[in-house]
Amino acid sequence: MNLTLFVWRQEAASSAGSFVEYALDGVSEDSSFLEMLDMLNEKLVESGHQPVAFEHDCREGICGSCSMSINGRPHGPKRLTTACQLHMRMFKDGDVIYVEPFRAGAFPVVKDLVTNRSAFDRIQQAGGFVSVQTGAAPEANATPIEKDHADEAFDAAACIGCGACVAACPNGSAMLFTAAKVSHLALLPQGQPERSARVAKMVEQMDSEMFGGCTNHGECQEACPKGISIKYIAQMNRDFISAAVRKARSLRGAMRAQ
Amino acid sequence: MSLTLNSKIPSGPLEGKWQKHKASIKLVNPANKRKYSVIVVGTGLAGASAAASFGELGYRVKAFCFQDSPRRAHSIAAQGGINAAKNYQNDGDSVHRLFYDTIKGGDFRAREANVYRLAELSVNIIDQCVAQGVPFAREYGGLLANRSFGGAQVSRTFYAKGQTGQQLLLGAYGALNRQIAAGTVEMHSSTEMLDLIVADGRCRGIVTRNLRTGRVESHLADAVVLGTGGYSTVFYLSTNAKGCNVSAIWRAYRHGAGMANPCFTQIHPTSIPVSGEHQSKLTLMSESLRNDGRVWVPKKKGDTRAPGEIPEHERDYYLERRYPSFGNLSPRDIASRAAKERCDAGYGVGPMGLGVYLDFSDAIKRLGLSAIESRYGNLFDMYSNISGENPYEVPMRIYPAPHYTMGGLWVDYNLMTTVPGLFAIGEANFSDHGANRLGASALMQGLCDGYFVIPYTIGDYLAGEKPGASAADAAEAKAAEERAAKRLGSLLALKGKLPVDHYHRRLGRIMWDKCGMSRSKEGLQGAIQSISALREEFWQNASVTGGGSELNQELEKAGRVADFFEFAELMCLDALNRNESCGGHFREEYQTEDGEAKRNDAEYCYAAVWSGRASGGHELSKEPLQFENVHLTTRSYK
Repeated sequence: MNLTLFVWRQEAASSAGSFVEYALDGVSEDSSFLEMLDMLNEKLVESGHQPVAFEHDCREGICGSCSMSINGRPHGPKRLTTACQLHMRMFKDGDVIYVEPFRAGAFPVVKDLVTNRSAFDRIQQAGGFVSVQTGAAPEANATPIEKDHADEAFDAAACIGCGACVAACPNGSAMLFTAAKVSHLALLPQGQPERSARVAKMVEQMDSEMFGGCTNHGECQEACPKGISIKYIAQMNRDFISAAVRKARSLRGAMRAQ
Repeated sequence: MSLTLNSKIPSGPLEGKWQKHKASIKLVNPANKRKYSVIVVGTGLAGASAAASFGELGYRVKAFCFQDSPRRAHSIAAQGGINAAKNYQNDGDSVHRLFYDTIKGGDFRAREANVYRLAELSVNIIDQCVAQGVPFAREYGGLLANRSFGGAQVSRTFYAKGQTGQQLLLGAYGALNRQIAAGTVEMHSSTEMLDLIVADGRCRGIVTRNLRTGRVESHLADAVVLGTGGYSTVFYLSTNAKGCNVSAIWRAYRHGAGMANPCFTQIHPTSIPVSGEHQSKLTLMSESLRNDGRVWVPKKKGDTRAPGEIPEHERDYYLERRYPSFGNLSPRDIASRAAKERCDAGYGVGPMGLGVYLDFSDAIKRLGLSAIESRYGNLFDMYSNISGENPYEVPMRIYPAPHYTMGGLWVDYNLMTTVPGLFAIGEANFSDHGANRLGASALMQGLCDGYFVIPYTIGDYLAGEKPGASAADAAEAKAAEERAAKRLGSLLALKGKLPVDHYHRRLGRIMWDKCGMSRSKEGLQGAIQSISALREEFWQNASVTGGGSELNQELEKAGRVADFFEFAELMCLDALNRNESCGGHFREEYQTEDGEAKRNDAEYCYAAVWSGRASGGHELSKEPLQFENVHLTTRSYK
């Protein structure tokens, strides 16, 4: 098939970017979207031009490296599908396709389609773990976990950290990402001892990054390639309020004791 | 120079070796640990678990990954599961059985002591991961579920749908994050190791390039641990991520670290077949699918009928036919070769004739659609995304693809390479899988090395070293930085006509044809010549656009492909040296009448350990493998 591409080109974070038009012929409909970009890049290199920089690694929808919007939608038109798993048979001969980086205040563009998503790592570092030393674990089957809870925790843990939720949100909010991480551990017995502290710290870190607030658009859920539900945002809000009340109570208690 | 290989395997009975070793190796005083610094390269299961555990112990740690976040390391893509000898199913599993299965599965080319330790520690891994909140699959009673995997007759595989690697890595990433927050680990993402710093015969640090800014700098430490994975992308098309590469362990080789059994590569039987020239990678369909799927091809050559139109009696379930006791669960090397044999003989299916069917219709009839969906739903979705076909209705088409590399840096029982102070863990070393790895054992080894082996054994080395860098170390760091910058300069000077990927693809083709699923003396000799000619052409005619002080993905690829050219030659040399067929290494000259691998224990029961000669070329040293607890038998799955 023959395509007309408009690809966002931007030299560096500090420079202005713009869409550049490329005509690409002879694309196989069995190729993936990234393979189509590979083809474009090979042509660019052969003609002495700089190829389009884009993040990718596993190319099987699990590493979360892809960070491009296709025709205005994070990861493109197919639901539950990362850009690397999107195949060209989703498009038709003669299509015009716009490709740009994930757009969000907290994800500054590094170059072309590459963005800086390190804010996600910092949210996780703030408390997205169970504090267990290597070697200190009890026998694995000592704590049975209701299958439904384990499955629900798994569904939250399926998040690949790509950032499509942030890019899809009109406010650039990271609520779905943070909620998925908080809920995964809040739903398991292993996550209980630090449950309140965890949600408070992770939300605080999220708020200190350049993410916007959540105003219940639900776009995040639509864009999520792993189908993570916004019910986890409700779960996180509940935990957050409960943690805040607990903290207030314990402060009041401390004052009385003085 | 020929290498001195002291494997440091403790004496005494197999069952007590690790306990005895732990009790006798040196410890670093808790108050002194913070004086020692350790570098960990790679943040997959092995690297992340090691870095986190070092941090917990009190060492000062620097961790590096080339991905933009440690969570994206390629362990994330492992699908099927992780083995552990828990015997929760009461089906006769034990540490000894897991040990035996692994040794046998590896075709008797792995070290007994290491494999036993792996089996012994496997149970601790599951405990650790559950405590971290890894959401493994569970039964309705709330206890952990298991499934069986290729090459085993017990159910010992723990799993989290088809995303086990992701969940385990997120557990290790959590442990790593906890240490980053505590300040014991300094994390460097988007940073690639370019070279090692070796001074006075000991490894003292690494030279890195920040992939975002292009900045080259050196980092000194008291020990360096490589958890940099395998080299399947030498074949260009493989199930590995695009960024996977051999560079870190090849740099180690160039500094004198022995490279063991580089020709032992695993070709996985169940990958989605190649669809055309545009193909950039192959996608694995988890081996767990073979629990419920049946593999077949038409009995008639070149049969072009749709699979549904081929009646039962005209189908050849060749794995069930050839290996009645293991059937569709035969080990990977056996299942892969059997698929190749059928396709080469003209029975293959699909547009290029390079495919066999993996059929779920019987399982769907027996268990119902929803049971199959809950077991493999995400894999079926992935298949239909890529192939455009619905595997619930039409059998999947699969074909073997490069997947894992058993070879790697030679390490002793402490996981130290032949360069003092340089360690290798996980897929980057050679130690546990012999000539063929069993399914669900890679995750086990990565976490075993990282959580439970190296945190102890590194102390034995560090306790004998004075902490901190000397003036000689700093001088060598400067020199290494200059060498790395010079090499980058020569790559940036490549102003030919063709992109780096073009050469990588051609190199991959040579390796797949001549050093892939089946190898011959003639083919390998030819391959060595073709590789050398192609390498010349690469240095003449490849093109690297852009500059060094910016994000430059062409430059990154060029550095990795240049290392692959050198490494590929050694791989062929190793395959040429090994005049036998064992595990994933199949030499056409050495097979039985019915096409099975013919091992030669009298002459090749050793790990082939290569070292670079100063004059160029490679020299072979041998570590004889001694089997005191198992009898070497012909590996039969019939």
